[in-house]
Amino acid sequence: MSGLAGQGLTALATFPSARRGRRRPVLTLFAAVIGIILLLPLVAVLVDVQQSGWSEVASVLFRARSAQLLINTLALPLIVTPLAAVIGTAAAWYTECTRLPGRRIWTVLLVLPVAMPDFIVGYAWHTIDPTASPLGAAVLVMTLSSYPLVYLPVAAALRRSDPALEEASRSLGLSSTRTFFRVVLPALRPAILGGCLIIALVLVSEYGAFEIVRFQTFTTEVFTEFQVNPGAAGALSLPLILIGVLLVTGESLVSVPRASGRTGMHRRTLVELHRGAIGLTAAFTALVALAVVVPVATLVFWLQSSQHTTLPAQSTVLQATLTTCEYCAGGAILAVVLALPIAFLSARRSRGLPAVIERSTYLTLALPGVVIALSLIFISLRIAFGIYETSWLVMIGYAVLTFPLALSCMKSSIRQAPEQLTAIGRSLGRSAPYVFLRVTLPLIAPGIVAGFCLVFLTASTELTATLVLQPPDAMTLTTQFWAFQSESAFGAAAPYGLVIILLSTVPGALLALWFDRAGQRQ
Amino acid sequence: MLYNAQHEQTTTALVTAFTKQTGIVVKVDNDDEDVLTAKIEQEGARSPADVIFTENSNWLQQLADKGLLARVDSGTLAAIPSADNSTDGDWVGVSARVSALVYNTKDLTTAELPKSVLDLAEPKWKGKIEIAPSETDFWPVVSSVEDRYGHARALAWLEGLKSNAGANVVPDNETITADVNRGVAQLGVINQYYFERLKAETSGSSLRAGLAFFAPGDAGYLKTISGAAVLKSSAHSSAAQKLLAFLVSNTGQHTIAAGESFEYPLRAGVAPNRADTPLAQLSPSTFTPSEFGTGAEAKKLLQEAQLL
Repeated sequence: MSGLAGQGLTALATFPSARRGRRRPVLTLFAAVIGIILLLPLVAVLVDVQQSGWSEVASVLFRARSAQLLINTLALPLIVTPLAAVIGTAAAWYTECTRLPGRRIWTVLLVLPVAMPDFIVGYAWHTIDPTASPLGAAVLVMTLSSYPLVYLPVAAALRRSDPALEEASRSLGLSSTRTFFRVVLPALRPAILGGCLIIALVLVSEYGAFEIVRFQTFTTEVFTEFQVNPGAAGALSLPLILIGVLLVTGESLVSVPRASGRTGMHRRTLVELHRGAIGLTAAFTALVALAVVVPVATLVFWLQSSQHTTLPAQSTVLQATLTTCEYCAGGAILAVVLALPIAFLSARRSRGLPAVIERSTYLTLALPGVVIALSLIFISLRIAFGIYETSWLVMIGYAVLTFPLALSCMKSSIRQAPEQLTAIGRSLGRSAPYVFLRVTLPLIAPGIVAGFCLVFLTASTELTATLVLQPPDAMTLTTQFWAFQSESAFGAAAPYGLVIILLSTVPGALLALWFDRAGQRQ
Repeated sequence: MLYNAQHEQTTTALVTAFTKQTGIVVKVDNDDEDVLTAKIEQEGARSPADVIFTENSNWLQQLADKGLLARVDSGTLAAIPSADNSTDGDWVGVSARVSALVYNTKDLTTAELPKSVLDLAEPKWKGKIEIAPSETDFWPVVSSVEDRYGHARALAWLEGLKSNAGANVVPDNETITADVNRGVAQLGVINQYYFERLKAETSGSSLRAGLAFFAPGDAGYLKTISGAAVLKSSAHSSAAQKLLAFLVSNTGQHTIAAGESFEYPLRAGVAPNRADTPLAQLSPSTFTPSEFGTGAEAKKLLQEAQLL
């Protein structure tokens, strides 16, 4: 997964709100410019396709192989998304609404799989059983790493929801099961659908895990084609863009605005599990063991085996860690700064132009990292040769790829900050910059920190764009892991993998805490 | 700046020795040869690359055909047998590799091994072979089969390979070698040095793979050339020519033989790594780099077979 813990958050933040605000022409202009810049990669893909000519495009797209790739690309979302939705929703309901022993611990443990880079999970399962069927392995790996994307928003929605409705339903004689299906589930629909959308998008653009378990999709094909036939790589990403657009529009059509609020501060009566608690604990333990313990144990196992390889390391673990931190921090700062104007605009006004601008930035989620990276190269070669092959381009790449994540974190923070406080500040005769620094910024600081963590976490597990964009002689943890892994030098790859997990779990845990609090506050 | 597509095993030692001898510092960008070739074509005259070093000659020929390479100094070309260089002097051969079979020694005996690369498409190898069509080291073999047996037979052969491999289609020769050793597949076509590296990396007991050559002169039994060239756009062309001269010098060629590259040095009188069977004792086919050309035919065939 591109480690997208809070893509669940993205789902949360996309719901329309009825809040209205003043028009702000300068802010809108700012936001529009940023929105257009973010769409440039998409434009570059189209220009690239147009330049390579229709015959080239047709020869790559319309052939027997494409049919197989299309089947594979679509099969996975069709199988994995429902599985992940069921697991995620069930897990959320049991941790939020029942007296499961150790509920608090489970709320953290169940989210952890999202911090595991999927290519590491794929690698673990592949080394355990290299002969497994590609589809089976892909389904297993992706279900395990993506169910938290449903779990997170559903758990948050449950925490916010009004238990009075469920109690009314039960008092009217409906059983717990029927109450769940007729009252709870319909209320959770937006959260579940939002999570499913993110999962489907992640699946369509996944590369690392599929390459390892040998499951070929359009995204893995773009990578191969980029190597042997760069002119056609753009053409192959067209189906991906199309699928992405369809998914994003489809979700916005079926998703309904969430029913407003609760009738009062009413504590939920938790359902007793009795004997079921043992079975459930066993099931959760198995889930976390498969998703987290197996990959970590595999890495530790390889760490202890021979680390001898004829391939010299480009970067030591320390160098790679520093490089990774530098790129990720740079990318995260960039993403947060760029997202700020759009977050302000769309949090205060959610109709018309601001909504269009905001929505358009989500399109990048549908594009695989490699496609974004290729278009950035395309752009930098033509109009910004100075940043070509520098760390700047990597950071820009991370910022573009993760922009919607930063946006969603900050947007929800801004929504919670009362606008009146700013107005009071202004009415007391303070200048706008002063009010922004002393009033607004402290109010939205948690959102900024969460956005930074989320981008950092996602970027630190990013593989494909990094492979394409990284300057020579400065490899990151993921690319050095990949280099060794590709040479089957598993022992040498293991330390890099373990550091990646460490690095992504820390922001992951911070994020889970933020999410927990955000859910309780609302 | 050196764009290096040769295995880092080979290049790192060479660059270190070059810097030690000349004091010239070389920046290295490592990537696959297809990627680096495409990069140079995209970058055009602004390419930061001075030298490109590839695993297979066809990429250099492709750049030469597009007029992106400078002529190699004649002294450098003279150090290597002329059959192993570009006919027009656009690139110089640095090392050679020999294509071969890697097989799992628990599953197969030497007597059971196919004598020709064509046999691998027979139904008896169904579910037993692993292939890497996007591995550029496989392309010379495809090109050689086409050269000898024509387009239609080569295509039918590839389709047979595809059906035999099933799900065992992997990205590179390293994976084939490791998988055959692990018993995921019984055999595959690689270059000999992948096996020698595996042998160097695994301790005796866990080595379950063996290396075998096809029958003398077989279309799958090839000597392929890894070479280097200076870019026309190079801003440091004299240093770049010096690096090429070093690659084919006595020191450079001995560095290749001594390291963990296991490729064959091309300079006369330089013996290969002791792990390798000397070239003189092998009998590959006469398929030459110029017959291989830019490899465009091989790529087309692989695409027609829906393998790319």
